[in-house]
Amino acid sequence: MSVPTDQPAIIERQHFQRLIDALIRKGYRVIGPVVRDGAIVYDELAALDDLPQGWTDEQDGGVYRLKRRADDALFGYAVGPHSWKKFLHPPHLRLWQARRNADGAEFTAETEPPPRFAFIGVRSCELHAIAIQDKVFLQGSYVDPTYQARREQAFIVAVNCGQAGGTCFCVSMNTGPQATFGFDLALTEVIEGDRHYFVAEAGTDRGAELLRELSARQAGDEERRQAAQTVARTAQQMGRTMDTHDIKALLYRNHEHPRWDDVANRCLTCANCTMVCPTCFCTTVEDTTNLTGEHAERWRRWDSCFTLDFSYIHGGSVRVSTKARYRQWMTHKLASWIDQFGTSGCVGCGRCITWCPVGIDITEEVRAIRESEAEQ
Amino acid sequence: MADPMLPEPYRIARVRRETHDTFTLELLPINSARAMSFAPGQFNMLYVFGTGESAISISGATTDERLVHTIRAVGTVTRALQRLKRGDVIGVRGPFGTSWPMQEAIGRDVVIVTGGIGLAPLRPVIYQVLAQRAQYGKFVLLYGARTPRDLLYARELEKWRGQFDCGVEITLDTADNDWRGNVGFVTALIPSAQFNPTNTVAMICGPEVMMRFTAQELRKRGMRDEQIYLSLERNMKCAVGFCGHCQYGPHFICKDGPVFRYDRIASLLGKQEL
Repeated sequence: MSVPTDQPAIIERQHFQRLIDALIRKGYRVIGPVVRDGAIVYDELAALDDLPQGWTDEQDGGVYRLKRRADDALFGYAVGPHSWKKFLHPPHLRLWQARRNADGAEFTAETEPPPRFAFIGVRSCELHAIAIQDKVFLQGSYVDPTYQARREQAFIVAVNCGQAGGTCFCVSMNTGPQATFGFDLALTEVIEGDRHYFVAEAGTDRGAELLRELSARQAGDEERRQAAQTVARTAQQMGRTMDTHDIKALLYRNHEHPRWDDVANRCLTCANCTMVCPTCFCTTVEDTTNLTGEHAERWRRWDSCFTLDFSYIHGGSVRVSTKARYRQWMTHKLASWIDQFGTSGCVGCGRCITWCPVGIDITEEVRAIRESEAEQ
Repeated sequence: MADPMLPEPYRIARVRRETHDTFTLELLPINSARAMSFAPGQFNMLYVFGTGESAISISGATTDERLVHTIRAVGTVTRALQRLKRGDVIGVRGPFGTSWPMQEAIGRDVVIVTGGIGLAPLRPVIYQVLAQRAQYGKFVLLYGARTPRDLLYARELEKWRGQFDCGVEITLDTADNDWRGNVGFVTALIPSAQFNPTNTVAMICGPEVMMRFTAQELRKRGMRDEQIYLSLERNMKCAVGFCGHCQYGPHFICKDGPVFRYDRIASLLGKQEL
């Protein structure tokens, strides 16, 4: 993909519907943020009114609350419990079907054409999360065909963050808040006095083409300055920080550490952190048959290293204790992921902190281990 | 690339009872003329219709027309496999994973140390060494089983033991009155085994604690970590590095293993609940 030279353009707030319409016209299923069950989640969008206009989220360890904003921002929140992996790496997926026949059995792969998604409102940390899952599913010795088909077609409209959430730490992880790659279009929402507009930047040819179709005018210097300031302000507001210096060695050499017992006393092994994490990729399989036993199916569904079954081999599970399971998750996320995929598995989105029912904070757990070494 | 998750149907050409809980399936493909090619040490995912999959090492010769798997019935899928008969069809995905260092072993002594069902993933190595005997130096097989009735491939063991150019030693954890051989851990056989430690490749497969102590004994004989290989086991759902279940520190056993050079995992072996 060549990088287009097009200058940033302006999409006025009252014209935002045109962006959604254009994507629908191109045959995309447009997915974006919607308010549902007291949270901002990602689902299909038909119209501008579906967006969480005027809503924001208040987040802390184990705390998530929607609040009204003083303005009508469309993207005035951080991130909710969903991430885009729900669409690229579906939570529940049939892998194949089998039928008994004269030869014994016949296996049939899934043939349904993959959905063409357009994602609106992808945060910078989420672009990084998608890039990380690309490494897992596309850049190893095997390719996941489901992920590949969905990923290749997806049209990505990133939205730079206008404010940080209480559990955000993308600045620590070098993953935000400014979208720098992996998007077709990147928007920055600006509300200044009675003006409400988006500064749009194309990241690909098809993004630039879409901007031309919207007849968006070129952004002025002041508008660009406002957009840059918005993102810079967000970077100053991070709710959390994590010192990632030498973090792989730190966690590897602290496989035995009293802090793991401490966190095990709080952790419920509920697996919430792994479900909301935008990079956690683990799955299990379920084999089913119909009542006659003639037809069988294999389904894949998200799994979590927090379950006891996860590490089961004959005779018992390898990771029996809560301590071992939490340690596996955090050590994988922040240390062994680097060995496996050349990148951290954490993008600093803060979801695991917010959605932990007891408010366990990965940044605090790292800090506790690091500081215990400093004391020695 | 073909979908690595989609099984191929194979028909059971023969079922062989090995011990009270262990059996061997010989399989022939339904949709192709030849069984898959594989390297010694690799494994397949065997699927029982409607029941599920289990990761099982290949235990036949690489030159076999049939795909051979020796299985111990210990779980839902392996017990379902045990109930199958000649003519039944199962699904097979594979072969997956790394293999034993057959290339590195050429021109050197080969020492195999196994425990229990761990002999099965090494039988393809034994077949290859015996078929190309001149390529290798001394050949030593040390095998430990729990009791006389747990001895796997007992007739073949006798045959191999009878060959003048094989040093085969068998030991039991618990013997009966008829047993005339060694009793004790397989590691106890290492100090007196006949091989040249500086020019040997060792391959180990058995319970993790046994492999750890075996590696230590081999090092006491003067072998370097880089000459020692072992095969690990973890829960596996996909066998291609996607499901995450088989992680062992930074390694995915399914694709970085199951066969590892000892120096690459020595620091992880023995870590509790890793």
